Amino acid sequence: MLADKDRIFTNLYGFQPWNLAAAKARGDWDNTKKLLAKGPEAIVDEIKASGLRGRGGAGFPTGMKWSFMPKEAPKDQFGNPRPSFLVINADESEPGSCKDREIIRHDPHKLIEGALVAGFAMRARAAYIYIRGEYIREAETLFAAVQEAYDAGLIGKNACKSGYDFDVFVHRGAGAYICGEETAMIESLEGKKGQPRLKPPFPAGAGLYGCPTTVNNVESIAVAPTILRRGAAWFSSFGRENNKGTKLFQISGHVNKPCVVEEAMSIPFDELIEKHCGGIRGGWDNLLAVIPGGSSVPLVPAAMMRGVPMDFDGCKEVGSGLGTAALIVMDKSTDIVRAISRLSAFYKHESCGQCTPCREGTGWMWRVMERLRTGDAEVDEIDMLQQLTKQVEGHTICALGDAAAWPIQGLIKHFRPELESRIAKRAEKANA
Amino acid sequence: MPKLTVDGIEVEVPAGATVLQACEAAGKEIPRFCYHERLSIAGNCRMCLVEVKPGPPKPQASCALPAGEGQEIRTDSEMVKKAREGVMEFLLINHPLDCPICDQGGECDLQDQAMGYGRGHSRYDENKRAVTEKYMGPLIKTVMTRCIHCTRCVRFSEEIAGVDEIGALYRGENMQITTYLEHAAKHELSANVIDLCPVGALTSRPYAFEARPWELKKTLSIDVSDAVGANIRVDSRGREVLRVLPRTNDDVNEEWISDKARYQVEGLTRRRLDKVWIRRKENGGAGKLEAASWNDAFAAIAAVKPGSSVAAVAGDLLDCETMFAAKKLVNALGSDLLEGRQTGMAYDTSNLAGVNFNSTFAGIEKADAILIVGSNLRWEAPLVNVRLRKAAKAGAKIFVIGPVWEPTYAATFLGADVAVLDKLTADVEEAMSKAERPAIILGGGGLVAGAHAKALDLAAKWKLVRDGWNGFNVLHFSAARMGGLMLGFAQTGGMADLVKAQPKLLLALGADEVDFSAFAGSLKVYIGHHGDKGAHAADIVLPGSAFTEKAGTYVNTEGRVQFADKAVFAPGDAREDWTILRALADALGVSVGFDSFVELQAAMIAEVPALGEEGLADYGQKLPKLKGDKLGGEIRYPIKDFYLTNPIARASGTMQQCSAELLHGDELAEAAE
Repeated sequence: MLADKDRIFTNLYGFQPWNLAAAKARGDWDNTKKLLAKGPEAIVDEIKASGLRGRGGAGFPTGMKWSFMPKEAPKDQFGNPRPSFLVINADESEPGSCKDREIIRHDPHKLIEGALVAGFAMRARAAYIYIRGEYIREAETLFAAVQEAYDAGLIGKNACKSGYDFDVFVHRGAGAYICGEETAMIESLEGKKGQPRLKPPFPAGAGLYGCPTTVNNVESIAVAPTILRRGAAWFSSFGRENNKGTKLFQISGHVNKPCVVEEAMSIPFDELIEKHCGGIRGGWDNLLAVIPGGSSVPLVPAAMMRGVPMDFDGCKEVGSGLGTAALIVMDKSTDIVRAISRLSAFYKHESCGQCTPCREGTGWMWRVMERLRTGDAEVDEIDMLQQLTKQVEGHTICALGDAAAWPIQGLIKHFRPELESRIAKRAEKANA
Repeated sequence: MPKLTVDGIEVEVPAGATVLQACEAAGKEIPRFCYHERLSIAGNCRMCLVEVKPGPPKPQASCALPAGEGQEIRTDSEMVKKAREGVMEFLLINHPLDCPICDQGGECDLQDQAMGYGRGHSRYDENKRAVTEKYMGPLIKTVMTRCIHCTRCVRFSEEIAGVDEIGALYRGENMQITTYLEHAAKHELSANVIDLCPVGALTSRPYAFEARPWELKKTLSIDVSDAVGANIRVDSRGREVLRVLPRTNDDVNEEWISDKARYQVEGLTRRRLDKVWIRRKENGGAGKLEAASWNDAFAAIAAVKPGSSVAAVAGDLLDCETMFAAKKLVNALGSDLLEGRQTGMAYDTSNLAGVNFNSTFAGIEKADAILIVGSNLRWEAPLVNVRLRKAAKAGAKIFVIGPVWEPTYAATFLGADVAVLDKLTADVEEAMSKAERPAIILGGGGLVAGAHAKALDLAAKWKLVRDGWNGFNVLHFSAARMGGLMLGFAQTGGMADLVKAQPKLLLALGADEVDFSAFAGSLKVYIGHHGDKGAHAADIVLPGSAFTEKAGTYVNTEGRVQFADKAVFAPGDAREDWTILRALADALGVSVGFDSFVELQAAMIAEVPALGEEGLADYGQKLPKLKGDKLGGEIRYPIKDFYLTNPIARASGTMQQCSAELLHGDELAEAAE
């Protein structure tokens, strides 16, 4: 179990105020000038050495992502240098995920300081924090926190007296899940319809307003100052090789005490549940399945989930993914088909409608799922549904198509007998 | 120059090419819906998937993927086939099965590609999606249930037309393409989205349910609605022209045409002159036109015994052959009074390089500083405006002198008074004199305001003519203008010279913009195709042919000689114009030296060899220097109503509706309240 002294988010539960004075007392903004004095390269190297992988779901090494940003500002067609931007993804809309919310609610200054440090490391002119539209109170906190930081001279002109000018803008979303995709977020920030862009070009080459841009998750950015203060070695002392550090786990569903908790990576699933969530509702025998990383990864049945180290590789080995570490725990009272069908409805609702397979496929898959829920289908249709998910998966511009396909694939893989028995039962009833 | 293999065929493509282009270079056809050569890449239809090595183990959208050195592309693998069939299935599940009543049938991309990649039967048992119709104005008919969301129309309006008229609402399977607030699409090029639409979602409203594409006779022709000379295809059935579509010509119209070019042809069947008419003045007064025979008409014309007191005025839509025939007739009678600039313009035409669009349409895209003097390009030449938008996007600075209109790019309006030319601000001077490829575009409004000489002075000052670049441009707006000038249809004093001469016989060749009250003493013979202003003022009306009813040569404002074919026959008694003039020569007892169209053309080419060769006529690069009048006065643009600039358009119900709804809609709404 992670010792209290090793926690990065020391106010995760809001026992202390979020404001600047309290944040400073917790160690934020402590001589940030010194951190910046290390220089951009050193900061990127330190983050690389820490083994931090992106906390938004894909798990791309954060330090490497930062190093893709150009060292020399590229020139536009008139020969003027283009600025670089940092975009912070606070559009946390994945069903199950709620870690960024806690950070912004109770520890916004960690994020703002992280924005400055990360922005400085990638030579960005400004950071845009794109916050989910539904996070109304959180946005208010964030606006206020940014204002506090401006007033204290921590950001803005000559941020932290480092001689570096850095602005932080908070932008509220309008309630679209897809705007959490990095290029859709950039489109939305530019005032357009939130639809993912084609890659290449990648945002590090041409992102926000055509300028080099890095999009990072809130947690990835918020942990950066602490890593720099305590050193890469400290951070990488947690977790297995390739899965370093501490991580916010969000456990929801049928556990006795659902919670958001900071833990070391690679903590075994059982330990995480027992230590922090008071166990599974009705005991371990009552566990049906777990979705380990937020709605867009395949579910894992109970038997396979026992003892799995909660990290990127561990979840991958059981055919799923760590995602944002948002564990959705389902006990045997769950109608698993209905649960997955509900997720299908979510993806149908949130598909941007840009590319064909996802636009047409998500609706079709959901309709078939709804019929499978009641058993109003043919057994062949299970195979057809499986084919449909394969027709969507990997054929779209962004990963939403994949995200819509995987939960269904997980369901068919692990719960096919359940689907077939429902069809049989309904047919029986109809015959009788 | 990356080298790659497509299905084992090695190809080399230019740097920056996409995999799709590489596949085409290898002779592989890639199905696509959203991809269009002239629009930005959207990559959203997912039909063009191919297998690429090295790369992720999933198919890639070839339209958006840059071709790279050493790539191995497969377009025929099982993975690719499955992927395309999957996408096609998705496209079809919510596409209505209404091909038998769809106007796109027979020329529908989805129909064609479904033959190649469709499953043959549907696995989709759910209800199909239905989408409410959208109103997009009098030209575009929508059946949005058919839409496959390729967004070509959205990209066209944003990128080419430069107006944010069409966009997408909602998301996921509820996504709908519409005009904002269901306003009519108002842009002059709006109907091009009909051609772009790969399915039957956007079709032509006036052409709705008129014909099937395979019933139509396709004739290559040239548009006469403005002086751009857009290349068009005239689709006709029997004696009726049903529609006009653009042809691809990168030098002229790329593959767009203006709405007027597309829809004015509806006017070809209305208000036509299909009989000979003679004005009878029995009890004094204005008299009344009465139907008569050709012989009566010729006799009446011969009766005035004009001698050499004859003049000819050419209208805006004429082909060179008609003008040449008229010229020969007038010359044979001993006169030289020929004029085409009906409204009285009298700019100097001694050197045609001074009245030509010298930088060419394709060239103006590359200009980096442009001064527009007295031209509302959106109305006078919408297709040239598209080119200017490209130039502006590439960073050109654009200045306009004249009353404010709404350009589709960043442009600085310097003032409505042409006298601004005498006191240009320092930043204009700097931009023009320092530009690498500066250009002036002098429009009809500028010519009327007397800016010709001053513009030529500025051209000399800013060295508009330099190595490989001639930036001096005059933009005409009548299709017959450059051809007329080449054939000598210009008097030093313009129409005033004709008025002064008071000819006994005035031949008005489709001339509808002339002030005929100045010719009270003349016998006015109108040879044309529509009962418009010219016919109303005429003493004798001889029915001629419209541009679709005769073959002919046209010269556009950049001096490009182009040839149009005859699509249909003229209605009733109407004849091809040159035959009327030939017969008139007999009636007047003179010889014009040709008896057939071929002889006429040969004689014309012998006199003006440039007209015999399709392509740019060479007027030389040397610009004239003119003595200028004093500048002054507000510029007035010649076109008051984009949709009603010529007799054909004025007769078209669609164009009238466009004018009423799109240009005067606000007034109508106010009147209704």
